[in-house]
Order: sequence, then C-alpha cells, then structure tokens
Amino acid sequence: MNANTPQTNELAPPTERIPMIRWLHQNLFNSWFNAILTVVATIVIAAIVFGLGHWALTAARWEVIPANLKVLFVGTYPAEQLWRVWTILVLIGLITGFSGGRRSGMMGRIALVVSGGAVLLGLFPFPLGTRLWILGVGAAAGGGIGLGLLAKTRKSPWIRRIEIGVWLASLPVSILLLNGIGDVLPVIEGRTQWGFLLNLLGAIAGIALSLPIGILLALGRRSKLPAVRWVCTAYIEIIRGVPLISLLFMASIMLQLLLPDHIRPDLLVRAMVTIIAFSAAYMAENVRGGLQAIPQGQFEAAYALGLGKVLTTILIILPQALRAVIPAIVGQFIALFKDTTLFGFIAILELLSLSRSVVGNLEWRGTIFELYVFIGILFWTLCYSMSYVGRRIERTLGVGRQ
Amino acid sequence: MTEQQGSSQSIPFWRDVRILRIVAQVLFLAAIGFSIWWLVSNLRTNLAISGLNLEFRFLGETAGFPISEGIAYEPTRSNGYAFWVGIVNTLRIAGIGVVLATLIGTVVGISRLSSNWLVRRLAGLYVETIRNIPLLVQLFFWYFAVILTGLPLVAASLRLPGSIYLSRRGLYMPWPVATDSFPLWSWFLVGGLALGIAAYVIRRLQLRRADRPGLPILWGLGALITFACIGWLVVPGNPLHLDIPVLERFNFVGGLSLSASFLALLIALSTYTGAFIAEIVRAGIQAVSKGQTEAANALGLRKMRVLRLVILPQAMRVIIPPLGSQYLNLIKNSSLAILIGYYDLMNVGTTIFNQTGRAVEMILLIMASYLTMSLLTSGLTNLYNRRMKLVER
Repeated sequence: MNANTPQTNELAPPTERIPMIRWLHQNLFNSWFNAILTVVATIVIAAIVFGLGHWALTAARWEVIPANLKVLFVGTYPAEQLWRVWTILVLIGLITGFSGGRRSGMMGRIALVVSGGAVLLGLFPFPLGTRLWILGVGAAAGGGIGLGLLAKTRKSPWIRRIEIGVWLASLPVSILLLNGIGDVLPVIEGRTQWGFLLNLLGAIAGIALSLPIGILLALGRRSKLPAVRWVCTAYIEIIRGVPLISLLFMASIMLQLLLPDHIRPDLLVRAMVTIIAFSAAYMAENVRGGLQAIPQGQFEAAYALGLGKVLTTILIILPQALRAVIPAIVGQFIALFKDTTLFGFIAILELLSLSRSVVGNLEWRGTIFELYVFIGILFWTLCYSMSYVGRRIERTLGVGRQ
Repeated sequence: MTEQQGSSQSIPFWRDVRILRIVAQVLFLAAIGFSIWWLVSNLRTNLAISGLNLEFRFLGETAGFPISEGIAYEPTRSNGYAFWVGIVNTLRIAGIGVVLATLIGTVVGISRLSSNWLVRRLAGLYVETIRNIPLLVQLFFWYFAVILTGLPLVAASLRLPGSIYLSRRGLYMPWPVATDSFPLWSWFLVGGLALGIAAYVIRRLQLRRADRPGLPILWGLGALITFACIGWLVVPGNPLHLDIPVLERFNFVGGLSLSASFLALLIALSTYTGAFIAEIVRAGIQAVSKGQTEAANALGLRKMRVLRLVILPQAMRVIIPPLGSQYLNLIKNSSLAILIGYYDLMNVGTTIFNQTGRAVEMILLIMASYLTMSLLTSGLTNLYNRRMKLVER
C-alpha cells in the first residue's frame, strides 16, 4: 500500500516444509519444561478421549435423543400444526438465500452453508415428513440464492427496499404464524412449553427489539441534557448491576402488581419483555462504545455541511458507530441466546427444562448425561458458528485496522 | 454556550435553545415521573386489595425454615438474619470462585501463548468449549449428571489422598480447629504479622534505594512464618488440631464439609469465568508489543523474569478493566445457585417471599444487595485501575 512497497512480481516466501522430527522438536520438545508439559498434556487428552469415547460408544443410551427430538425442539407444539414451524424455516431459508445470492462474501457463504447443511441433514434417517421439510428448507435456500443472483443483475433500488422490508417483517410474521391469528389460523395454547423454539425466539426477539432501545439509551446517556442523561445512566447501571434471574423473578411475581387489573400479559410475554429490557441495557453500552470511538471531527464536519443534530446522528454518526460494534453485538447475541436457558426458572419449558422432564420419564431414567451432552453440543455448534461469523465480519470490516 | 451576548434579547423564548432545553427536560422528567406514579399507584391499590402494605417489619419475624449451609443459623432466627446468611453464602461462593477463576484464567491464558503446540491447542479447546455452552447447562451437568449421578453414595465415598472424601453429599476434608492454646498462639500470629509487614517495608525501601528488582513479599512472609513457627514451639500443646472427617452411621462427622450444590456451583462458575478471563489475559499479554519481550531477552533476563517484570505489569493495565467486569459477572451468575438448591441470597430471598408473600419488599432487598456488590466491585476496579494508570509516563 505505501510508496515503499516494491512493485515487483515477487513471489511470497516459500512455505517451509519442516520434517516431522524437526517439527516435534520445535513445537513440543524444545526445552525440558516443554517436554514435561507435552507428556502431561498427552496423558490428560488420552484420559479424556478414552473415558468419554468408551462411555459414548458402549454405555451411553443415545436413543433417548431421537426418541425425544420433537419434544426437545418444539415441546408441546401440536404435531399436526408443525407445518407452521417448517414454513417459517423454509421462508427464512428463502430470504437468507436471496440476500446471500445478491451479495457475495459472508452473507453468501452463510446462505451456502444453510442450503448445503439442510441437504446434508436431510440425509439423516429422520421420519419421511421431517426429511422432506428439511430438504425443502435446503431447496428454498438454494432457490433463494438463484433469485438473488438474478436480482444482482437488475439495478433497481426497489429490490433492496423489498429485501429489507421482508427481513423486518420476518419476526412479527413468524410470531403470528407460530401463535395463530384469530379465526384464520387457530391460536395454539401452551405457549410456555415450546422447548428449543422458545430459546430461539427469546434470543432473536431479544436482540432485534433491544437494538433500537439500546441505541436510544446510548444516545440518551451521551445527551447534553442532564435529566435525560441521569435517567438513562441510572437505568443502564441498575439493570447491569443485577442478575437476569432476579429480573425474571420480578417479571413473574411483581409485574402484575405494578399493572392495573385489566392488563394481565401472559408469562411468555413478560419473560420476553424482561429479556428485551435486560438486553437493551447491555446493548446501550455496546453502542456507546461505538459512539465514543467516533472522532469529534465527524460531528463538526456534519454541522459544517449544515446538517442538524438529528440528521447528523442518523446519517453520519450511527452508521459508523454501529458498524464498529457489530462484533460486540454478535457477542451480545450469543450471550442472550445462552441466557434464554434461564427461562426455566419461571416455569417456562425451554430446552433445558424439558430435558429434565424427559429424564423424569421412567423409560428414560438415567440418561441425563446423554441429554446434557446433546444440549451442550447443540448450543456449542450454534454459538461457535455465530462467533465465527462475527470474527469474519470484524475482519472484512477492517475494524481496528484503520 | 454558543449564543452571543447581545443577540439573546432578539430571540423569542420559543426559539431560545436555553429555554427549550429546560422545557424538554421538564417534559421528559414529567413523563418519567408520571409513569412511575402510575405504576406505584397501581401497586398501592393491588397491595391494598391483598392486604400487604409496603413495610419491612416482617424481617423481624421468625423465619421458620432451615438453611443447611453457611454461618450458624436456626429456624427460630428472624427473616432478616436468614437473608444475611444468604448474603454471606453468596459472598463465600463469589469470593472463592473469583480466586479460582483468576487462577484458571491466568494459567489457561498463558498456556494459549505457550511455545508448546499441544498445550496451546488444549487451552484453546478449553476456552472455545466452555464459552460457547450456557453456564446453566454446565451447572446442571456438574450437579445432576456428574455429582448426583456419577459419584458414589456417601457410604461408599471416594477416598482421595489426605483423608478427603467425595460422594453425592459433597466433599469432606480435614480442617484445622482451634484448641485451648490457640489464643496464646494468636498473639504470636499478630506479632509475626507486624514483623512481616516491617520486614516487607524495609526490604522494599532497600531494593528501591539500590534500584534492583526483587520480591520484598518473600521477606515479609519469611518473617511471619518464622515467628509463627517459634510461637508453635513455645506455646504448650498444639494450638491447632487437624479435625479429620470420620464416617459414622449416616454421614461424615468432623472436618470441613462442602455440600454437593456448593461444589457444583464452584466448579461451574470458576471454569466458566476462567475461560473468559483466559481470553482477557491472552489479549492483555498480546497487547504488549513484541519488542518489549525481545528487549528483555536481549538484556539477558530469564523467561519467568521477562514475564513478571516486563510483560505482566504492562499487560495488567489492559487486563484490569475487563477483569473487573468478569468478577461482576461471576457474582451475578452465582444467583443460579437457586436452581440447584444452594442457599445464596437469591434462594433465601425467594424462600422468604414464599413464606411471607412479600414480593415487592423481597425484590427490592435482593436487587439492592446485588447492586451494592456490583457497585463495590466496580468501584474497587476503578480504584485499582487509577493506581495502575499513574505508573504511565
């Protein structure tokens, strides 16, 4: 990049091929201390692998997972209404594919992974209906990619607007579809027992709705008006100073005392509102970090151009601030997703609490180890892929390198 | 601030920024105040219907429920005292957890930068595994799957070296108990402490005058231990007696016992927070530029000394602020205790609520307790941070 870089066609230095013995010596046995560490680490790894492997292959009763897969993932959601969940997945596959096809890069790769992953998953021996739906999600994602590639060739501002509109509408539409709408779709009861569906819903609704509130709080905390600043700061610090579980406790027993008789939101709504209010405080701090990273010159330049306060904030400051904190927001999303397991505390049957009821079943007594390993792997896969995406976005945005 | 002096008369008041600001704030406060008033008035009507007015007298009433953990307590004691037992239990788990998590985090964080490939990978695997699984899943795993299912019953306890017994009931280990001659010996301890501090200060001054690096704390500890040992020999009889747990008919008697839920909570909290601290330590060490290490190596300092004298003091400035927020997280996460039945303040608080029906009061008390702990922790972090910053030139 800079002027001193020689403009020749020099090749990169060749990657050295180190012989095995040299590699071992350099990386594992370069001092007596390291040699001891290597031996100890090998013993530890061998013990873990042997112990776990032995258990997983001989003693574990893995059949508990496929037998309870439906219960764990959607809980008491009626089987004949499951098409709604699948329809949502197909639609999300479609728009993910479309967005991925329209732009290459990270989003494109995500779309490919969704489509390929669904097809791969469809090869597993699930019941026929399930397999068809999974393949349908894969096909929708694939078709979406095709549509996206097609849309890429058209230069119409409407495509982008529609895309954003569909994404914004996806959450309320999903919730309506899951829950049912008046007479058109029967309303499904037992909303608090939907297993893993609730973990996903809690995390997605939490992050989507806490972002705008968080932005407002962050702006409020940096406001020049002391009254606004104090109120926002107090809110953020109080929420961040207490555990989520105490807020959930408050939502489950105290909220009805604070509201008049005729307003009685159900438990799931209260839990969602709590997790959004909780997440907003943390989100505000993330956004504030981004706002602080913006040099004063940006404000001054915007004022010099004649932009007012509101326009400066919306057009100049926020886009830069939010871009800088995308990794932090991804981290927040992961934390929130993990925190949804706390719903079980106020008798909402999400994945973790449902696993306890599965073990309560006589047939599956003593399979708690298998269930927790499965839940652990499930969360790990999702959280790890999200943090991977976050790191990639960080790299492509060049955050911290400018 | 930006207006000129003379022009303020010509601006009508509805366009005067100074007045608009005040109006905006008054409106904002009025809106907030109105919402709060609305909520509180709802609360008062609702409480009046149930006949539970907002008051804290119930804290003086008899608690009546057992707490099997922590400082001396009887069900005949008051609700307020029971809550205090819960606070002490929270502080106990948080205190030990913070120390353990810091140890794990430091070791793993440094291991992630080890020159040993296997160690580096193992540490990375640990961090990535632990951080991406919800704490509650890990806690349940340790409590329900490992301790309550995997460990033997108390009668067939696992015997570890040093008379330590591990079973579904928890961990039983020998613990020193004071005997009759302890008060006499404690004077030696106090004297040793004074002597140790004196030795530390003198050695520190000496080192500073000679402008040499060293560990003055070793001198202090040496003086304390020597004096305590002399006291041990002088005092008649042993001032401390090692109480060894013995299996009686139903349970162990004597020694120190850690309940199963305490153990599970401690393991889960310290390994979980440890993984986050490891990342902080790693980032802190990596933030110290490589030239510093190379320069220190060039000066001929040995590896440990490079780490202790050159890298860690600089890395500390990067490490301390996020470390403080991890400690805070650990304290807040200790409230998960309620889900495995450890008697922390959240658990005792909700139990009191179940007994008395005092929802609002108990929530206020619980939140105030956590807020106090949070504010104290962040205050201490800021204090330490400021002191470390002063070193900067």
